[in-house]
Amino acid sequence: MSKQQPAQFINPETPGYVGFANLPNQVHRKSVKKGFEFTLMVVGESGLGKSTLINSLFLTDLYPERIIPGAAEKIERTVQIEASTVEIEERGVKLRLTVVDTPGYGDAINCRDCFKTIISYIDEQFERYLHDESGLNRRHIIDNRVHCCFYFISPFGHGLKPLDVAFMKAIHNKVNIVPVIAKADTLTLKERERLKKRILDEIEEHSIKIYHLPDAESDEDEDFKEQTRLLKASIPFSVVGSNQLIEAKGKKVRGRLYPWGVVEVENPEHNDFLKLRTMLITHMQDLQEVTQDLHYENFRSERLKRGGRKVENDDMNKDQILLEKEAELRRMQEMIARMQAQMQLQMQGGDGDGGVHGHHV
Amino acid sequence: MSKGLPEARTDAAMSELVPEPRPKPAVPMKPVSINSNLLGYIGIDTIIEQMRKKTMKTGFDFNIMVVGQSGLGKSTLVNTLFKSQVSRKASSWNREEKIPKTVEIKAVGHVIEEGGVKMKLTVIDTPGFGDQINNENCWEPIEKYINEQYEKFLKEEVNIARKKRIPDTRVHCCLYFISPTGHSLRPLDLEFMKHLSKVVNIIPVIAKADTMTLEEKSEFKQRVRKELEVNGIEFYPQKEFDEDLEDKTENDKIRQESMPFAVVGSDKEYQVNGKRVLGRKTPWGIIEVENLNHCEFALLRDFVIRTHLQDLKEVTHNIHYETYRAKRLNDNGGLPPGEGLLGTVLPPVPATPCPTAE
Repeated sequence: MSKQQPAQFINPETPGYVGFANLPNQVHRKSVKKGFEFTLMVVGESGLGKSTLINSLFLTDLYPERIIPGAAEKIERTVQIEASTVEIEERGVKLRLTVVDTPGYGDAINCRDCFKTIISYIDEQFERYLHDESGLNRRHIIDNRVHCCFYFISPFGHGLKPLDVAFMKAIHNKVNIVPVIAKADTLTLKERERLKKRILDEIEEHSIKIYHLPDAESDEDEDFKEQTRLLKASIPFSVVGSNQLIEAKGKKVRGRLYPWGVVEVENPEHNDFLKLRTMLITHMQDLQEVTQDLHYENFRSERLKRGGRKVENDDMNKDQILLEKEAELRRMQEMIARMQAQMQLQMQGGDGDGGVHGHHV
Repeated sequence: MSKGLPEARTDAAMSELVPEPRPKPAVPMKPVSINSNLLGYIGIDTIIEQMRKKTMKTGFDFNIMVVGQSGLGKSTLVNTLFKSQVSRKASSWNREEKIPKTVEIKAVGHVIEEGGVKMKLTVIDTPGFGDQINNENCWEPIEKYINEQYEKFLKEEVNIARKKRIPDTRVHCCLYFISPTGHSLRPLDLEFMKHLSKVVNIIPVIAKADTMTLEEKSEFKQRVRKELEVNGIEFYPQKEFDEDLEDKTENDKIRQESMPFAVVGSDKEYQVNGKRVLGRKTPWGIIEVENLNHCEFALLRDFVIRTHLQDLKEVTHNIHYETYRAKRLNDNGGLPPGEGLLGTVLPPVPATPCPTAE
């Protein structure tokens, strides 16, 4: 045996071929078998077409029995969190999609508290994952963390509203924000460009961190690079959603029928729906990674720094203080009892001494 | 113009010292009617021509207020209504144009002339309404402004040396812009209209109606009408002020079918079928503002300007103003303002609380 050649698996195909290039295929096969989990949160005022858009994106009806409340009922309502899960399968690949809806957001006259519920939901999911991760049985951790948040911006305003800015600043360190301009068929092309620019300016002005698409690797093909470049240039996406089939130019398309024309959902000249869908699908993995590596790690280090105690709660502190005080009281009582016993003994024993200690009971 | 003589009705209403809170326009006693055609032509009907000439010479005031969240196209719509740049355009897309922290009241006046008739139009804008995170009581500055205009008029009226023509700054019409969510009204809309429908004529308008398809539009309108009815909001034209059957049928039709008007505004012109029309150009078609198949702008314009302009002014003067005046006189012990007991002067009526037990 020659000393130069190290021991190798002998493969008849190519000399020097080990075979670990097969690893991505194995991973791929395993993950296809396991299926993907993705949690998408949608936030925005009511009436911006969120449900329609989600249904259009995933070609499904996530909200079959929906009752829309009137204004008088909305006065009393607080923000709620509703999660609906749907399993989508396409060419053997299973996706377990959870859509978290936030009805009631932005409806009230005073919206100061409307994002507390949402933030505590996001934190709860992180908390649960942290707990599971630190637990004993780690084989079947369910990942319910919010991977992406579509924030719907109203097309009627002149840019971001104070509520939009406040909300995005509150969650940009916890979740990937993808701003979306809803009901884009309200705007002419010029108005759309102006609004997009204005929103981007305001996002920069307030230092809001939205999700940034990663640049295409240098070894990707030109088409992919071009596609990524186009996607990046269109943020925030202005979309129109619809699941109705309309007859236009001889074929059936999904769209909205107006007296002055048909808006086609899947026409890139009409709106950015296709771009949004492409972005979501091709970057699903990246969104999950950023959630894990950035937002979750942030949360985890914050939590562990706080000493692993439960979330600071005034009542909890009070209880603790009470317990401590009670313990102290008991100790003092014991001490007094001991002192009394001692004095008794001394009294009995010290009768003969005649007041050495000079204590009278 | 099928509306009656304003002068006669005003006198009748003001003859009572302390009228009831919401006086109906007093109906004068029916005089004995003589049909002049039988006896020969007298010429009484020429009074209409005399009045017309007078109005043309003096011109008239009209004050319209627009209320709604920013970006709903209020300024554009007013410009479209009066076919001139009469409104302070907030959509100048300047970095400096920030949403104000409180509701501001900005009044801009213009003189428009048409067919020899001069109109002094004042557009009152309310930037900042409904735009904050906390919008509680954001209608109070608006109510205060409206009451202040009534107070101004009242002061002029009770003056010893009165002006021949008291300048009228009272708000005759308030266009309230509803956001076209397609679902229902928002809590803020309800609260605003509940408070203000008792002091001013409110005309609810669905803004940017090109967001909705025809079915969505009619569903939304029905829903809004129902919500307004259920919550007891009386928008203009109010049912209780219909004077005769003719008014009632006309107004009923408007109330139950057309209102709230779903409008689109634009100040840009495009060529459609050989004509220049006002509209919005999109990749999928041109939305024509004055085409009744596209939106109801023409209905709103005809309603506010061509048929009910005078009535808006009359209801403001005879109903809303009189209500305010009665309250003030009652508070002041039956004396006109400025002459309180022991010479004290009472301040104007503050914003009224939401009427729950009236």
